[in-house]
Parts: sequence; structure tokens; C-alpha cells
Amino acid sequence: MEAISHAGTVLGVLAKDGVVLAAEKKVTGKLLDLSGAKEGGYGGSGEKIFLLNSNVISGVAGITADANSLVNYARTAAQRHLFSYDEDIPVEQLAQRLCDLKQGYTQYGGLRPFGVSLLYAGYDVHYQFQLYHSDPSGNYSGWKATCIGANNGTAQSLLKQEYKDDISVEDAIGLAVRVMGKTMDSTTLGSEKLEFAVLTLDKSTKQPHARIYKPAEVDALLAEHGLGKKEEDAEMKAA
Amino acid sequence: MECQFALTGKGYVIVASDTTAARSIVKMKDDEDKIKTLGPHMLMSYSGEPGDTVQFAEYIERNLRLHQIRYHHPLRPSSAASWIRRQLADSLRSRSPYAVNLLVGGYDIATSEPHLYWIDYLGTMAHIPFAAQGYGSYFALSLLDRYHNPEASLEEGLETLRRCISEVEKRLIVGLGKFKVKVVDRNGTREIEL
Repeated sequence: MEAISHAGTVLGVLAKDGVVLAAEKKVTGKLLDLSGAKEGGYGGSGEKIFLLNSNVISGVAGITADANSLVNYARTAAQRHLFSYDEDIPVEQLAQRLCDLKQGYTQYGGLRPFGVSLLYAGYDVHYQFQLYHSDPSGNYSGWKATCIGANNGTAQSLLKQEYKDDISVEDAIGLAVRVMGKTMDSTTLGSEKLEFAVLTLDKSTKQPHARIYKPAEVDALLAEHGLGKKEEDAEMKAA
Repeated sequence: MECQFALTGKGYVIVASDTTAARSIVKMKDDEDKIKTLGPHMLMSYSGEPGDTVQFAEYIERNLRLHQIRYHHPLRPSSAASWIRRQLADSLRSRSPYAVNLLVGGYDIATSEPHLYWIDYLGTMAHIPFAAQGYGSYFALSLLDRYHNPEASLEEGLETLRRCISEVEKRLIVGLGKFKVKVVDRNGTREIEL
């Protein structure tokens, strides 16, 4: 729990036509090789936001190695379900599987629990768009908007004030970006520190479609909401 | 000697089965129910090796009920059929496979569509508008090819079913007696007097 409260913030917002996840990366720096993130198939730098299945994405906060292990377990569980039932695993069931695993580590074997909190953002035919949060105890609950990691209290109250039922996914994106801007440690937002993902329904196929933004797309999104870094030359010129 | 039919129509699936329980030349029972209700909107008829049939059918019924209790919603027809097929496919390569053939009919509440699946003891599955298991298939399938209408009303569907049953009564060497007919639609499952 301690490790999680120091980890990079992850927030999720549920809209009527989609779900949004935004996360602050802690592992950054000039020497970091991000070429995989720019072209990678499933998107993301592999630090905060992961694709669990075609209908579920997840943001993690806590011990990264534990998180990787849980993400792998979740991916296997989702495929096992697909193998038996020939359908995408319902979001709540996936959250339950992970939570059953996490709970086991609090009761049996004398092993230490997974030091990870996760946000699950997904879609299924039963309950449409959903957002769940689970913690190391194996407890989970469904949310309209929530936050984990550092500054989650501040972010949570900001979300509580500004969230409205039936918001559109575009408004949810705006809300997520604004709240991240207010809670993140750094002074300005940029693609090296921010990871962003949206899950919507493809208009023609009516199938869930997950999109983890590439760094260039994150910068474009921030510019659109007027929160990106300004060009340094431009500032100098203005002065 | 068992005979089962099923057909889909506008917003419903009809599943029908003979009601004879016989061993060799003796007819033990003429009111056997060979159609299990797997959920609020799903039916499954079964036939095959005596003993295996009821054992497998009850195993499926109880597991699907557990799923519904655990996860607060019943499995959709397509997912249930895939799971059932997987059970038969796994059983095939075990020490003693289940020799059971099924017709699984259900109404998918999420998409408001009726669905029908033909599954045999090898784990073969076919998603089709009408189906038959047993000797009855030799007589009924051609009739269904000619007279089946996927947009038919329940009355029309039952009329088509009557055609199939009278053909079997006329041409099958063994008299099968009464047929049990059940329907599943948006309102649930119910039995129908033909």
C-alpha cells in the first residue's frame, strides 16, 4: 500500500460512450529508449497502461514487476475464457479473476501480496462500459471516475466536483487531461510523462476498440486542450 | 431410435423431442422429458448412449446454473454452446468419452436474436437455422429445407414442425408416439401442446 501511494497517478473516467485512462509515468529521462512505444503494435511504453484483451485496458500503480506479472496473468485468463466460451471475457469477471489471485496471496502460502493497484476500463455486452478498481487485498469495486497512486485524494475530489453522469467520451478526455494537469508533479504536461488511453465502440463493427496513444498523439491531445509545452524559441521571441 | 428437431423463427426457437424410453424391444416409458432448461432463455435436447445422456445433460445444466449465480447473468446462447462443445471435445480424448448428441436453442437477450446449435458427441458444432438429431433427420431435413422460414411466426413454425413429425410417424419403422415440444423466446421457456 505504501509503494502504491508513491507510484505514478492513474485516473479513469467512465463516459456513456467510452472509458478514458490517464497515467503519469515515473520512469523518464533523456537516455530512456522509447522507440518501441512510437511504433509498437499494442501501444504504450509498457509502464503504466496495458491492453489486457480487445475489450479491456488497464492502468497499474505500484511495484512495476508485480504489475507485469498480474497483467500477464490477466491476459492469460482472458484468453482462457475466449478458448472455452468463444467470447470476450466480461470486464467484471476479469477483475474477479485477478482479485481471486491477489486474495490467495493474502491467505495462503506465506507469500507477500502483490504491491499493485489496478484500474480496469472495459466494455462487454452485459453492462456496456465499465470502470473497476482493485487493490492488493483483492477487493474490487466499480466506479464512474476514480484515481490511484500519488495525489489520488486530490484527484478524486477534483473528479467528484467536475464529473457529471452521461458525459461524452470527448468531455471525459478533457476532464482526465485537466485533472492530470492539476495533480502531476511536473510543471508542464508532455508525452514523456503522460500515458493516455481510450476505449470506445467502433461505429461500424460495434466491437470494442482500445486505443493507447502514441507519444506524438499524446502531445497533439495536450496541445488541443492547451496544456502542452510551449516551444522554447517562441517564448524567447515573445520576451 | 431417438428423434429430435429444432427450428428458429421470428424471435423464438422451437425444440422438439420424442418421449420414448426403450431398451431393446421393450418400451419402458412414453413420457420421458429429453429437453433440459439450461437457463431463463435456453433449452437443450439430448440423445445418445443411455446413462451418458442424463449424466452429461445434468452436468451442463448445473454448471450453467453455477455460472449464473456466480456472475449474476446467464451465459448467452453462443457462449454456452461453445462451452458445451468444449466439454464434449475434451471428453472425446479421455478414457471414456460421453456419447451424447445435442440441440441447443436459446434467445440472446443482448441482441434480441434466436440461436440454434447442433452439437454431436465428437464436439462438432454447427450454428444453423434448423436441425435434427437421430434417424428423424433423414426424413425431416429435406422438409425443413423446403418449408422453413426464418421469419415465420410461432404458428407457422409449429406447422412446419407438424409436417416433420407426421413424416417420421409415417415412414420410420419404429412408432415414437408423442413428441414433447418446448419454445424459447424473449419471455422465457414454455412447453407447447401441438
